Amino acid sequence: MDLVIIGGGPAGMSAAIAAYESGIRDMVILERDESLGGILQQCIHNGFGLHKFGEELTGPEYAWRYEKKVRELNIPVKLGTMVLDITEDKVITATNPEDGIFTIEAKAIILAMGCRERSKGALNIAGSRPAGIYSAGTAQKYVNMKGYMPGKNVVILGSGDIGLIMARRMTLEGAKVHAVCELMPYSGGLARNIEQCLNDFGIPLKLSHTVVEIHGKERVTGVTIAKVDENRKPILETKEYIPCDTLLLSVGLIPENELSKSAGISLSTITSGADVDQDRQTSIPGIFACGNVLHVHDLVDFVSEEAEIAGKSAALYIQNGKENTCSIALETDGKIRYTVPQRITENKDVKVYFRVADVFKNVKINVYSGENVVFSKRKQKVAPGEMESILLKKEMLEGAEKLTFKLEEA
Amino acid sequence: MAQLNAKRQPAKIYFRIGERSYDYNMTRELTCIVCPMGCSLKVELTDGKVTAISGNTCKRGEEYAENECTNPQRTVTTTIMCEDGAPIAVKTDRPVPKEKIFEVMKLVNKKVASLPVSVGDVLLDDVFGSNIVATASRGE
Ligand code: SF4
Repeated sequence: MDLVIIGGGPAGMSAAIAAYESGIRDMVILERDESLGGILQQCIHNGFGLHKFGEELTGPEYAWRYEKKVRELNIPVKLGTMVLDITEDKVITATNPEDGIFTIEAKAIILAMGCRERSKGALNIAGSRPAGIYSAGTAQKYVNMKGYMPGKNVVILGSGDIGLIMARRMTLEGAKVHAVCELMPYSGGLARNIEQCLNDFGIPLKLSHTVVEIHGKERVTGVTIAKVDENRKPILETKEYIPCDTLLLSVGLIPENELSKSAGISLSTITSGADVDQDRQTSIPGIFACGNVLHVHDLVDFVSEEAEIAGKSAALYIQNGKENTCSIALETDGKIRYTVPQRITENKDVKVYFRVADVFKNVKINVYSGENVVFSKRKQKVAPGEMESILLKKEMLEGAEKLTFKLEEA
Repeated sequence: MAQLNAKRQPAKIYFRIGERSYDYNMTRELTCIVCPMGCSLKVELTDGKVTAISGNTCKRGEEYAENECTNPQRTVTTTIMCEDGAPIAVKTDRPVPKEKIFEVMKLVNKKVASLPVSVGDVLLDDVFGSNIVATASRGE
């Protein structure tokens, strides 16, 4: 088979459509769930699609636009299909109730498995583990897909977007959200979500706060929260008890790369996703990655954009092979945490996405080739919760071996 | 909101929008929620009227600031229970007054939708000037 796409969420669907439009027909999307759409199905809030469609859609509506296209184009999809293994030679082993265990030899593979929630934040909290502790995404699935409310009195640890969205969602359904605690001095979520999910409902956002103890034997009866110092150590004098029956954890997302590891794809220690070039090709020629499996995005519009690159490039690879015309490593200064892509292997205009490590004001994004600044852009404010991007023009790449991304005072 | 349109007001009057109360003559700081940029807006209110807006990157931010200080509105997204016992995602097809959000929820939560449901179906009409429409499909 020419192309196998692993994952039928927004990334997988966009990549499949782009590959189809570039002439690929012999392809299949393998999806674990019983329907297409991935995580968007449970993201019933709006705010999706402003870049792509110029209107505000909910998650299921955004997914539906792509699903409709996939159906119209008759792109083959296998639902309820779990991929067990992929190899360096692009042999995929998968299973579903209909076909049993089967293998596919592919000319190219696009990885679009998405991400999962981190559970780390819960590990170092004192107290036993009573019922009533959920990840924000699990709670979202219960409320929106099953119609089941996990609790009535809620504290949320972590102010990522899912946590903020769930604060509003639980409030609308009649729960009282007592506080959203954020370990860092800034929120990891979008400013608009703080406004419309917390401020609209008078839910306090407690920055530089964490949960230090969970109370309750069978069910959560309350949590103790405390302020933290600059080293993120709890200040015990500031301890405060909040009675509640539910604790939601929204402490970040991490790309789901078990399969990539078994194939021997080299992963970035910073993004936990594959190391890719401008075409989203991983360290194994013919295996591409896009969407949240590559790096966690805050906007699905950018997932689609990235997946289109991967889809087109996979088609080109299948049709003509892919030749490198240069080899440029993209490096960062630490204030900028990472870039995607991490390397450029072809002399053309390349849009580079990146994330910063902290909140910085009045800065310049400078890109150095040796001693020379080849690109510079001023920003009033950058924050870790908001992905940035710049366009590197073909000319800027001339003669470069390494480009260093730095955040400097404006 | 009646206060906003009145001509003469004593020097200090507090009015409430949603959970917050505001001084009648003041600078309000808002976050524009129209797009993910989330610009920080500053709105000058004189006698309850918007007299200056700054901080917006585009025109839509200005509109938002004006509306937010005079007639704040929100699109509500939630679920409606279906006859098969599972919920389906819905939204108000246009923004509703912010202070009506919980009343919208009450109406929606009373309703049980029959299947099949397709994206765009109106499941409940005339809810504070909006329709409740399905944003997902089931049972087709
Ligand atoms: S002012 Fe314009 S750019 Fe800024 S958040 Fe509002 S809509 Fe977006």
